[in-house]
Amino acid sequence: VPPAINSTVGLCTTCRPMQVFTKTKSEIYLFFNLVCDPADVISTVEFNQTGEFLATGDKGGRVVIFQREPQGEYNVYSTFQSHEPEFDYLKSLEIEEKINKIRWLPPHNPAHFLLSTNDKTVKLWKVSEKDKRAEGYNLRDEEGRLKDLSTITTLQVPVLRPMDLLVEASPRRVFANAHAYHINSISVNSDCETYLSADDLRINLWHLNITDRSFNIVDLKPENMEDLSEVITVAEFHPHHCHLLAFSSSTGTTRLCDMRARALCDQHAKLFEEAVDPSRRSFFSEIVSSVSDVKFSHSGRYLLTRDYLTVKVWDLNMENKPVETYQVHDYLQTKLCSLYESDCIFDKFECTWNGTDSVIMTGAYNNYFRMFDRASLRDVTLEASREVCKRRAVLQPRRVCVGKKRKETDVSVDSLDFRKKILHTAWHPKENIIAIAASNNLYIFQDRLTPNGHHNMPEIQSAPPK
Amino acid sequence: MGTGTGGDDSLYPIAVLIDELRNEDVQLRLNSIKKLSTIALALGVERTRTELLPFLTDTIYDEDEVLLALAEQLGSFTVLVGGPEFVHCLLPPLESLATVEETVVRDKAVESLRKISQEHSPVDLEVHFVPLVKRLASGDWFTSRTSACGLFGVCYPRVSSTVKAEIRQHFRTLCSDDTPMVRRAASSKLGEFAKVLELDYVKSDIIPLFTALASDEQDSVRLLAVEAGVSIAALLPQEDLEDLVMPTLRQAAEDKSWRVRYMVADKFSELQKAVGPEITKNDLVPAFQNLLKDCEAEVRTAAANKVKGEVLPEDSRETIIMTHILPCVKELVSDTNQHVKSALASVIMGLSTILGKDNTVEHLLPLFLVQLKDEYPEVRLNIISNLDCVNEVIGIRQLSQSLLPAIVELAEDAKWRVRLAIIEYMPLLAGQLGVEFFDEKLNSLCMAWLIDHVYAIREAATCNLMKLVEKFGAEWAQNTIVPKVLGMANDSNYLHRMTTLFCINALSEVCGQEITTKHMLPVVLKMSTDQVANVRFNVARCLQKIGPVLDSSALQAEVKPVLEKLATDQDMDVKYFALEAISGMYLFNLPTYIFSETFSFSSILFFFFSFSLSP
Repeated sequence: VPPAINSTVGLCTTCRPMQVFTKTKSEIYLFFNLVCDPADVISTVEFNQTGEFLATGDKGGRVVIFQREPQGEYNVYSTFQSHEPEFDYLKSLEIEEKINKIRWLPPHNPAHFLLSTNDKTVKLWKVSEKDKRAEGYNLRDEEGRLKDLSTITTLQVPVLRPMDLLVEASPRRVFANAHAYHINSISVNSDCETYLSADDLRINLWHLNITDRSFNIVDLKPENMEDLSEVITVAEFHPHHCHLLAFSSSTGTTRLCDMRARALCDQHAKLFEEAVDPSRRSFFSEIVSSVSDVKFSHSGRYLLTRDYLTVKVWDLNMENKPVETYQVHDYLQTKLCSLYESDCIFDKFECTWNGTDSVIMTGAYNNYFRMFDRASLRDVTLEASREVCKRRAVLQPRRVCVGKKRKETDVSVDSLDFRKKILHTAWHPKENIIAIAASNNLYIFQDRLTPNGHHNMPEIQSAPPK
Repeated sequence: MGTGTGGDDSLYPIAVLIDELRNEDVQLRLNSIKKLSTIALALGVERTRTELLPFLTDTIYDEDEVLLALAEQLGSFTVLVGGPEFVHCLLPPLESLATVEETVVRDKAVESLRKISQEHSPVDLEVHFVPLVKRLASGDWFTSRTSACGLFGVCYPRVSSTVKAEIRQHFRTLCSDDTPMVRRAASSKLGEFAKVLELDYVKSDIIPLFTALASDEQDSVRLLAVEAGVSIAALLPQEDLEDLVMPTLRQAAEDKSWRVRYMVADKFSELQKAVGPEITKNDLVPAFQNLLKDCEAEVRTAAANKVKGEVLPEDSRETIIMTHILPCVKELVSDTNQHVKSALASVIMGLSTILGKDNTVEHLLPLFLVQLKDEYPEVRLNIISNLDCVNEVIGIRQLSQSLLPAIVELAEDAKWRVRLAIIEYMPLLAGQLGVEFFDEKLNSLCMAWLIDHVYAIREAATCNLMKLVEKFGAEWAQNTIVPKVLGMANDSNYLHRMTTLFCINALSEVCGQEITTKHMLPVVLKMSTDQVANVRFNVARCLQKIGPVLDSSALQAEVKPVLEKLATDQDMDVKYFALEAISGMYLFNLPTYIFSETFSFSSILFFFFSFSLSP
């Protein structure tokens, strides 16, 4: 008998679709469009610290921010073009406008701040509201027509009058020219004045107020590029300790660096790596062990890493093996060859913790995403698709089977669609609300909604039959 | 007052300024804000207070540069709102500016607030200013709380003791704020706040805060506490230092984070001054030894800069340096990091004046020699650039044997900036080494630079020659360098021929009339027929330059015909510079044909002028 799961701290087994946003032609519609413009493909999803806002970035360099209404629904708050395609004339390289990562800054004032990055340039954006407008000109009337000068007998000071709420996004800083390779991560330090940006070979440390200078803290570039054996895949700061940062590499290792010890962090403080069983080594071993995402737990004690086939939880105090390992899609073991041929094996799946660090979520193929409850070791596969979401019904768990179908609803490995993949997911920092990006669709699911749209008090739900 | 009647023309410029306060173009808004005092003057004090300031208070959506200008303007607005009596009207706009997210704007608003706080009467300060500080200190956003940190210090001395107690309480609260930004702001203002507090409160309030901030979990907070520690130590009587400040400072010098240790090393001189000679000797010297041996190069670099120990007690200074510092310095000389070594090289020579002749010869000289052979040019350069310190103590001769190879190597370094740097020290070296040594060893280097393939080096080399002649005299010049310089006039490379001209430009004045007329002028004149136009127009420029040194007969008889000929040259540039030389020297009756174009030009101008005069 499967154990009961508390709905607010457990798996979102009772997930109901809240909303689906489909991006087409730069506009956001609430209906599905089969033809998808590549520029609309969502490339990153990120909740802010309170969960009130959700930002997405896409291949077209746009950032869309959603705000949660008092009723609980997320609505589009602001859309702006963060990056434009560029051309590096010195290196004869096109620089894509695709947003690789978005990170929110801790709240400063009523405005909201976020960092967005493409391959080369990080930008700091301010999103603010304006509800007043100045009125009263001396030389012109409100329509802009010039007044007769002879009628001007007194000076008029403009006055501010209320107007319709206007949300403005303005670029505050541009951090450019510091990366020779493609930026894969940005992460804001807990001191709230610095952040890091990592590319394939280097990690730079920036001050949020200084754009003309950054410090290189990790440099993996060998003297001779032919000696290159690994690249940095992700880097992230510790949520509380300003001096700790973790970065992972394509060889499947994750390193923890202490910035207190030295100015240069080339030497790590800890190296998290699991010994590979030599009998299971194959041509694909190294490729599938490449770490595609690293997330510190909210508590700061654990590290979550995602490689091609698994998600692993590491205790910062134990370097030689993960404390937990979860198979995401073990059934792909036999398919690696064709996945290699279609380049799918290089897909970079992200992973995420829920607000209390008790559940882990990560994406898979066929628009499936997986959740693992750490306490009960239960897991579930759910599907984010238009058809499922139409009904606003509780999402039904999916099962992939390797051999013969055991049940009607089972899906065979061979029928999985590898073009439909969920790479980017985000979990609300406090509630059981998740955001799933699948191609140009953003799905927002919420666990257990009461009819009035408010989140339910914790209650015991029985898990769906297996 | 600004209320004119019947389409007052004088209103127009002000009306434009006011309208441009909200122009779409940032530059126009900025211009308008910068003339805010003009607007306020036209509106009068009453309308400034009731209309302009409320408008400005809500205009905080603007661009940073506009807000920055506004914050600055408001700091000197007291007269425009009606004098000190009404100065509190300026508080609302500055309050809103003190909460914006942009640090520079906030800092400027705080600066202006500090300025106008002095213009408040003690009563106004308590009625208007202190409540503002409290509001900021308990604001929702960290931006307002950070701004508050900078305002406690200015109002504290001028308020009643009850308000003082409240202010201290607010400061305490901010020191343990949730956000690191506020704790950083509090940490950086701690020293300043301590200065205005009564000594008893420094001991009872500030010391616990200092101790807490110095052991904050955030590195960036702890490192700011070091600076506060310096200010606090300076306030306390000597007997309290050991108990109240030193444990924390000792801990900072051994902090886990290199950034904190760096801060200690960087502030070491100030720290020594603040704690006095006795504690320095017993406590700081061992700490300093550790900083010199720190595992992080940045820390060693900062510490190496302070090895001179200016604040050590006079009587024991020599012994302390000899027994405690010098052994560490010896290790640093062979440090693995070039920045550490070059920081050391820039100060190590200064030690010789402290240690005296014998110690310098015995202990320091070997170190200088090692550094002169260092693999990094910057280290060698720093030693050479500070030679004068050693010269005073032991004379440079002791070093000359090692100096020469080092100089020669730098002089031929592959990086032109290194070559340039050593050229700049040549006159200094020449002065210290003496003319004989120079002629024997260095003269050839100086001449070789004249034909360097980098223009900046050739240019510096000519300038160097001039300085050498200033040192060694015209006679020396005539015997040693002038023949070589003039010899280059026949070089096949036109760049070298031009170098001759540049050298003459530089040397003519210091060499004097005789050498210039006798030796240099004939060569210059001969070069006026050079086949390269660049050489010819440089002849014209050279003649203009050396003209003042020549006597008038030479000018009339030799220079004038050549310049006139050059003025008819086929090349436009040659013509131009020849004409410029002619007019620049005011020596000739100008042939009119040269100026025919200019005349027509000025008549056109004149025509225009008269046209605009007649309406």
